[in-house]
Amino acid sequence: MSAVLVSFKLAFWTMLLLVPIGLIVGRWLALSTVRHKVWLESLIMLPLILPPTVIGYYLLVMFSPQTVSGQFISSIVGQPLVFTFPGLVIASVVVNLPFAIQPIQLAFSHLPHELREASWVCGLSPLKAWWHIELPLTWQGVLASATLVFAHTLGEFGVVLMVGGNIDGSTRTISIAIYDSVQAFDMQTAGFYSLALLIFSLVALAVVRSVNKHG
Amino acid sequence: MDKGLTLAIRQEKPVTMEVTFNCKPGELLALIGPSGSGKSTILRTIAGLHRAQSADISCSGTVWNESTHAFHMPAQKRKVGLVFQEYALFPHKSVLDNVMLATQGASKSERSKKAMSQLRRTNMEGLETRKPATLSGGQKQRVALARALAREPNVLLLDEPFSAVDQATRRRLYRELAVLRKTLEIPIILVTHDLTEVQLLADSLCLIHRGQSLQQGRVAEVVNRPQSRQVARLLGHQNIFNATLLKHIDKHSLYQIGEIPPVLGPKLESLNVGDQASLLISPSAIEIEHPYSDTQDRIPLDGQVLECVPLGDEFVIRLRLERIPKSMRFKAPMHMAKEFGIEQGRNIRISVQTHGIHAMSS
Repeated sequence: MSAVLVSFKLAFWTMLLLVPIGLIVGRWLALSTVRHKVWLESLIMLPLILPPTVIGYYLLVMFSPQTVSGQFISSIVGQPLVFTFPGLVIASVVVNLPFAIQPIQLAFSHLPHELREASWVCGLSPLKAWWHIELPLTWQGVLASATLVFAHTLGEFGVVLMVGGNIDGSTRTISIAIYDSVQAFDMQTAGFYSLALLIFSLVALAVVRSVNKHG
Repeated sequence: MDKGLTLAIRQEKPVTMEVTFNCKPGELLALIGPSGSGKSTILRTIAGLHRAQSADISCSGTVWNESTHAFHMPAQKRKVGLVFQEYALFPHKSVLDNVMLATQGASKSERSKKAMSQLRRTNMEGLETRKPATLSGGQKQRVALARALAREPNVLLLDEPFSAVDQATRRRLYRELAVLRKTLEIPIILVTHDLTEVQLLADSLCLIHRGQSLQQGRVAEVVNRPQSRQVARLLGHQNIFNATLLKHIDKHSLYQIGEIPPVLGPKLESLNVGDQASLLISPSAIEIEHPYSDTQDRIPLDGQVLECVPLGDEFVIRLRLERIPKSMRFKAPMHMAKEFGIEQGRNIRISVQTHGIHAMSS
């Protein structure tokens, strides 16, 4: 059961870190009119099409104590990040960027600009306008973002294996446990984990679709 | 201290603008012009939502924009009541909460009281718990107006507020606004492209075309005495004739139109003898005459009816004039048109009262 705990802990931290990032970056992308924005959008969307092993490789290089970046990161966090839970969280955040940002960007781009302007004319500061007007009208996007990030993190395999390794109780997640079980011909355990992930993913998607439909 | 609004906007991009006007407290100024002429941008600039390249705006003695020091007061700090074209009500908030958001006050109950008083003022009492989606177009407009007034504004801006409602509701809202505005001692600026709306509601108008303010003045003055042919055309005048100035006579000038005898019209100081002018003939100054009737102090014109179209209880008549290479349009009451037997192809005589002639430089 430690793999389940590790997976949920990872999904929770990834979601907690990514939702604020999604709110800031997603809103900015929705409202910004800067030129060449498409390059930044493409960079964020990259994890959707790039093989997880490629992302894992670059993260491994970045975290490695043999590289300048790895030494710099180690000096800040006080330890190397390779094969540790914090390293796993950072890798998970990178991989899940498109799942966090895109639903929020979409929600903000559908919000009529007139409503934002109306709130300013009413005397609301940008922060108050965001809290009283923008957030209540885009919460479906935020919920979709959080749910997708959580569900996708639970099922992430490639990057998690490359950056986190397979340390029981620390970086061994459900998807790695399924892989290990199949390798050891323990089909019952693999089946149990697989069914649990399937049901959870189905429920998560149903929640997101239902909220977007009725919200 | 000047409590009105004064404005001067100049910009090259994204669209060229050169607009100046002022509006006194209690005055309702209509910004009128075709779609895309920049009327809404002007309103947004006053509200602080658009930053023009160069703008000087002051209201109630407070500077909102100052071009020399590139000063721009944020929208939040301007006391502006703005009614958006589509009202921009916050869909997730009740009617009362929409209005409360714009109120200032120490406590929630104080703000609620203020919001309620504005809802009473706009005849929306009893609907305060409703969400905007459940309201009719007219009700939404009233809530938007209540929200604008709840800001206790120094200027009220109305951006085509009647465009999203049906004709019957529009008439009712006209009446309500006419009553309400008597209680407001602030400048009111109404953006519209409907001249009838302007004539019903506004004290003065400023004609905007391609980002330029062409003429500002009392409504009747601008409508009946446009400064130029372009203004006359934009205001929908059709009977505009090319003329040559023959002579100045005291306060009048003598003009030659086509081949008819010279006509006396208002003096155009700026023109010299021989210069081209445009003469505008008001449709209200045109009458149908019995042939060969006495037309003293009036200019008789003969012509053939090209078109005679019934429109409501009137006929819209287009006449091909003899000796003037241009047709003339005017309206005649149905009974009169029948009395004179007016029909397509028939030759008739009309007369133009000289006071209905307005002269403009071409």
